[in-house]
Amino acid sequence: MIKHEKVERNVGLLGVLIAIVISFSAIIEIIPLFSQASVVEPVEGMKPRNALQLAGQNIYVAEGCYNCHSQQIRPFVDETLRYGHYSLAGESVYDRPHQWGSKRTGPDLARVGGRYSDEWHEIHLIDPRALVPESNMPGYPWLAETPVDVEQTYKSMKVLRMLGHPYSDEDLAGVADALADKTDLDALVAYLQNLGTAVSRRYQ
Amino acid sequence: MSNFWHWTVIIVVALHIVAYCWLLFATAKKKTDKLADNTTGHVWDDDITELDNPMPRWWLWLFVGTIIFSVIYLILYPGMGNYKGTKEWTQLGEFQAAYQEVVEAREETYAAFINKPVDEIIKDDTAMLLGQRIYANNCAQCHASDAKGGYGYPNLTDNDWKWGGEFETIIQSITNGRTGIMTPWAGPLGEEGVQQVAAYVRSLSGIEHDAALAEAGAPKFQMFCTACHGPEGKGNQMLGAPNLTDDNWLYGSHEIIETALYEGLQGHMPPQNEVLDEHRIKLVAAYVYSLSRK
Repeated sequence: MIKHEKVERNVGLLGVLIAIVISFSAIIEIIPLFSQASVVEPVEGMKPRNALQLAGQNIYVAEGCYNCHSQQIRPFVDETLRYGHYSLAGESVYDRPHQWGSKRTGPDLARVGGRYSDEWHEIHLIDPRALVPESNMPGYPWLAETPVDVEQTYKSMKVLRMLGHPYSDEDLAGVADALADKTDLDALVAYLQNLGTAVSRRYQ
Repeated sequence: MSNFWHWTVIIVVALHIVAYCWLLFATAKKKTDKLADNTTGHVWDDDITELDNPMPRWWLWLFVGTIIFSVIYLILYPGMGNYKGTKEWTQLGEFQAAYQEVVEAREETYAAFINKPVDEIIKDDTAMLLGQRIYANNCAQCHASDAKGGYGYPNLTDNDWKWGGEFETIIQSITNGRTGIMTPWAGPLGEEGVQQVAAYVRSLSGIEHDAALAEAGAPKFQMFCTACHGPEGKGNQMLGAPNLTDDNWLYGSHEIIETALYEGLQGHMPPQNEVLDEHRIKLVAAYVYSLSRK
């Protein structure tokens, strides 16, 4: 048996032993989930984001929306009453990186799709206080003036396909057409309007 | 969970519990190579030494307690692979029970007023407080928290209704949403026609306008606009076509007229039945109904 003193005086060895102990909980709590269908397979009707929505997701990440908005309705009554049906694991399979977040300075957005009109989102993203005077969300007026980055969206789609998202060759070839004349604002609104729409918003 | 993982989890967890027991008792014993002065032999800063006492017994028993707790827990609750636990507890089950409790408590509160006629509901303080809460969570984002609306979003307090202010109509608007579409008229009217019709529309609500243009616009208004806005321009609540004679503008001011004629306008209220159940829609509808009757 290794003497306690040896472990205490050797930080490297201590680190390795800690890693081994912690890895047991990973084996028990995380790895079995990899083979569980409800976790790794998309919910019924869930499609990978189209080019415009994908571009929107990239903008969502780039602007750091996750700093103030979560995308995860927890299975608690109050959250379900406010935001709708609790989030399912199968709804996040096409989120890379996932945008669950943990900070709610603003409301959760997991089911914001269809909740407001496109026009509402456009006005609200440019100047939130034009619609909600009490809001402390910053405006993002430059989105309306920035054309969508076609090249980046194409690359994103390619990488996601490599990771197993079911994009076809046509999807990839159609990126430029789908994004023609679109601004970052259009893309972000398309992304938001698609959030959480695969599952009925009302819990009951 | 597959059989492989089912057994992997059980074996690893069980081995851990056994290993912790062993670790606990192996390290709890007094050291045999104890020094004469009962210290570990470590010395810091010349004179600071460390006593080599065993762990206090009560502390040791706390550890034993946690191990016993874990065994009982793993019998009662799911933890060992696919084993469901004797209590058959699930996260979903707990959620559903809690949800049911809230629904029942809510319906119990609602029972006092929900089936009464609207004129009585709006006199009930509890109903109005609940309605206001539902409004704040679901409607205020567009119609504003004071319900006075905003640019493109109707004021709900002024008793001027795009789609009708009857209680049943409000319920309809909330349940299924509304889509109002004014198509662009620049094509059929032409540049000059737009100016003429705009002047005529201004004349309808007594706003300063060019009389000659308005006169020329009148027949064009009759030809193109009356299908929705009516022969007198008083609007049509079946179509959400606003009254043009009242100097009350959904888009800020009468300056919207030209834009509306050139580019058209679209108003869209999403259906709320995906978020709210029937009773909550009724409550918030009653609240909205009450706003213009205060």
